[in-house]
Amino acid sequence: MNRKVSLIKNLDWMTIMLYAILVFLGWINIYAAVYNEDHQSIFDATQRYGKQLMWIGAAIFIAIIILTIESKFYSAFAYPTLILMILLLLAVLTFGVKVNGARSWFELGAIRFQPAEFAKFATNLAIARYLSQHNFKIHRLKSLAVTGLILFTPAVLILMQNDTGSALVYSVFILVLYREGLSGFVLFLALLAAIFFVFTLIYSSFTVSILILIIAAISLKTIGIQTKQIAIATAMLAGSFGTLWLINKGTNFQLGNFSLVVISILLNTIPFLIYTYRQKIKKAALVLLLVIGSLFYTFSVSYIFDTVLESHQQQRINELLGIKSDPYGTGYNVNQSKIAIGSGGFNGKGFLNGTQTKFNFVPEQSTDFIFCTVGEEWGFLGSALVLLLHLSLILRLIYLSERQRSSFSRIYGYGVAAILFFHVAVNVGMTIGLAPVIGIPLPFFSYGGSSLWSFTILLFIFLRLDANRLELLR
Amino acid sequence: MNNYSNRKFIVGGIFAFVILIFIIRLFNLQIIDDQYKLSAESNSQRRVTQYAARGLIYDRNGELLVYNQAAYDLMIIPRQVKTFDTLDFCYLLGIDKEDLIHRIQKAKKHSWYRSSIFIKQLSSERYAVLQEKLYKFPGFFVQTRTLRKYPHHNAAHTLGYLGEVNDRNIKKDDYYTQGDYIGKNGIENTYEEILRGVKGLKVYWVDVYNRIKGSFHDGKLDRDAIEGQDIKTTLDINLQEYGEKLMQNKKGGIVAIEPKTGEILVKLSSPGYDPEMFVGRAMSKNYRELANNDTLKPLFDRSMMATYPPGSIFKLVNALIALQEGIITPYTRIKCQNGYHAGSFTMGCHPHKSPVDLKESVQISCNAYYAQTFRDILDAPRFNSINESYTNWRRHVTSFGFGEKLGTDLPNELTGFIPTANYYNKVIRTRNWKSLNVVSLAIGQGELSITPLQMANMVACVANRGYYYTPHIVKSIGSNNSIDPKFLKKNKTTIDPSYFEPVIEGMDLVVHGGEGSTGRSSAIKDIRVCGKTGTVQNPHGDDHSVYVAFAPKDDPKIAIVVYVENGVWGARYAAPISGLMIEKYLKGEISENKKYLEKKMLEADLIKEQEIKKVQLKKESSHE
Repeated sequence: MNRKVSLIKNLDWMTIMLYAILVFLGWINIYAAVYNEDHQSIFDATQRYGKQLMWIGAAIFIAIIILTIESKFYSAFAYPTLILMILLLLAVLTFGVKVNGARSWFELGAIRFQPAEFAKFATNLAIARYLSQHNFKIHRLKSLAVTGLILFTPAVLILMQNDTGSALVYSVFILVLYREGLSGFVLFLALLAAIFFVFTLIYSSFTVSILILIIAAISLKTIGIQTKQIAIATAMLAGSFGTLWLINKGTNFQLGNFSLVVISILLNTIPFLIYTYRQKIKKAALVLLLVIGSLFYTFSVSYIFDTVLESHQQQRINELLGIKSDPYGTGYNVNQSKIAIGSGGFNGKGFLNGTQTKFNFVPEQSTDFIFCTVGEEWGFLGSALVLLLHLSLILRLIYLSERQRSSFSRIYGYGVAAILFFHVAVNVGMTIGLAPVIGIPLPFFSYGGSSLWSFTILLFIFLRLDANRLELLR
Repeated sequence: MNNYSNRKFIVGGIFAFVILIFIIRLFNLQIIDDQYKLSAESNSQRRVTQYAARGLIYDRNGELLVYNQAAYDLMIIPRQVKTFDTLDFCYLLGIDKEDLIHRIQKAKKHSWYRSSIFIKQLSSERYAVLQEKLYKFPGFFVQTRTLRKYPHHNAAHTLGYLGEVNDRNIKKDDYYTQGDYIGKNGIENTYEEILRGVKGLKVYWVDVYNRIKGSFHDGKLDRDAIEGQDIKTTLDINLQEYGEKLMQNKKGGIVAIEPKTGEILVKLSSPGYDPEMFVGRAMSKNYRELANNDTLKPLFDRSMMATYPPGSIFKLVNALIALQEGIITPYTRIKCQNGYHAGSFTMGCHPHKSPVDLKESVQISCNAYYAQTFRDILDAPRFNSINESYTNWRRHVTSFGFGEKLGTDLPNELTGFIPTANYYNKVIRTRNWKSLNVVSLAIGQGELSITPLQMANMVACVANRGYYYTPHIVKSIGSNNSIDPKFLKKNKTTIDPSYFEPVIEGMDLVVHGGEGSTGRSSAIKDIRVCGKTGTVQNPHGDDHSVYVAFAPKDDPKIAIVVYVENGVWGARYAAPISGLMIEKYLKGEISENKKYLEKKMLEADLIKEQEIKKVQLKKESSHE
């Protein structure tokens, strides 16, 4: 009895309130999105809104069970849970049914269930467990390797189900690792890689190589190398590039400008280092290494893009970056989505008055594109409010995580925040044309039991851990 | 607790930053950029034009002349077209795949979002089959239109036809939009605004499959179409039909007017065409064919647009002017010695008794009588100059409606030409020209040109003994009987009514004068017909045959002109045709003793005759 009282007292009710508001708003938006004149009751269980209410009921039930389970259980059973989930992911590859091209569903009678959704909390538990161990040292190769194994195993299995969106979620753990001491340089490199990727697709490899060299020159300057020396290096580079260009013109090699830049740099590297930068050779070498690395990365981007990505993925990226636009083909979804959201104006058309979503102009409107209904019916006010509610929840989770004494709880909390953030960012980003079309749900809003339960489980395990934060350090 | 605790700010900052970017983007999408609101409207609204049923057209006896027939335009909105079974679709529409692709591309070029016509005027059979399957072809829908239908295949020139509006129509009146129909000629044209009604609009919500989801804003933007008003014309379609039959294989025109009202009973131009030819999809092809490839110019409305010299029928006018001016009395007798001779000038005349008085001059159409009288009019001592006297003469002439538009309610009326004194001043290069210079005007030749409608109007003036009502084609509009008041205004000629009687007596003699009367073939048992023949010299071939008449003499119910090109002389074709027309109108049928005449007229083929003559002439000239 006493324990129960303290549990209720120690629960973070603010988080629960934010959760409840989001779930409620999600429900009425599903009602608006698939509103059907013949089935006006929001409780009609033959319709998606009625079903969502059933899923919500089940979610509350799940939440209560999670809260009644002893908190020690979660760290203790972290690994078995992950192993179970991995087995389920393997099983779904063989026994699962295909929905929308992804083999990621189990079908039990009328109920469909998506193991990838539940792999998230299992992975998060395992990561929290592993990172909180005493012998974990983030810059040790073994530690990184195990971390990588925990993250990549489910990610790869999900990728094999052809569910790219859910697999990409695992990349967000880089933020958790960063919080736990991963060098900021890695984060910087990841950012750089993303920027180069985009630039290479939009502009030519040659342009990007020039950009890389400019960045290198600035880096050299900041690590204390004199302008004069940089100028000499630039002149040498330009000289060899010019010579090579003329040779290339006169012979039959037919190399592209990008190759010429790479060869010039390789030719100049050794004299560069020996000749110019005796004192700061280590830092200069690092910069040079980065330059060469970037160039090879740039070179491989088009290769990756052309061979690794599938054509619909290529098209979606091309559409996003505005390289190729086809508002009635690949770009149809996003275009209609933008029209729906854009037509909402400042305060929206009002509940159930959306025309674009109600008349099915936007595809997948109750699942991946549910944000369109928000944007159209509630306008800028409503959509900003939904985003701010999500942000508040995420920031609240960070705040709660930081107050944990147990690093297991903290890491787990960061994981929840990061996963929620990734979903919000990619889902909303997709509907407003800032992210490529990747089918992942908007937490608490998108129709579907699996995703709602998955987020509920993620969140309430953390709340359960948080309620016990004052207990012994584990 | 942890070395990296401060990183919470960086991680939290990243989260907040991304959300902030999103909110800025939303602000841009939802508040600053209007483009999306407009797209949303065009996405989900369908504006459907409600075409008003066009007014019907009746003849004077309530016989239906023009009515509507439903037609179905298949429309396309390219944006909404999804992949579909092209084979089935092509089969349903009876087109091939190439055509299909071509049509889709044309529609795309026009607009992605807006509907355009995919196939015009599907037959109702095709529509019936298509309608059931249309749901399989999103992006296509059917718009109902009305086409004209003609129970009688006559009076094409008068009724006019409908055609698609052109850029000029749209520019002139913003009521019209691309694809609308407008009256292009005849009554359809002059009474366009009455017949067309007002088209309405219905705005619907539609979903992505273009299915109607309800009325837009509860129909706030909707307007009901207002039906066009019906028109009752003055035409007698039976008489018109009969006239067209009599005129088959002949070039020319007939105009018949009810003198007491100015109502046009018959107005025809031969050869004509079947008004059905200008309905629907075949129209443009048929139009091109008739306009470019038919040497007989069937589109040319000879009744109002052909201007002929009037010939001898103009003597009636000159006789009336001479009486009015006091140049002659009914008893004035003038000698004719096989024509009129003045110095070296001779105007020939056929042999007849001499001298003749006014009546007889009309009866036998004596050239000398009118040459002398006309010169006397111009040379009358009370005028100081030929300019003055000629202008006075011309004033009398134009009071019959010559030389300017009568102002009828049909388009494309021509003025004809009555030369002014100034015209002769220029042509003859002196202001002091002599009456002899223009003496051919005495017998309706020379520079005069007059339309058959004007000739008919002149006969109406004579029948009315001095006045006319502007000839018009519409008897009543809609349910009210009012017509343009200008058609109720009596136009008086400059001739005193008393002067008409002797001229009419002459016209009576033309028909009933026995030997030498040129209009005997127009006589009808029990009905007193008054007429006047004319033969118009034609330098290009056989002379034209013209005949004017009215009947009954004492209570004229019909005034008619028949003009037969290459009809040789008035008595040969124009007079009998007039007689048959009058009899048909007044009696309803042709009496037994005239059946042979009717048959002769129906069978006469002047067009073939002319062709044969032309060929012969060519042969002869090639022998020389």
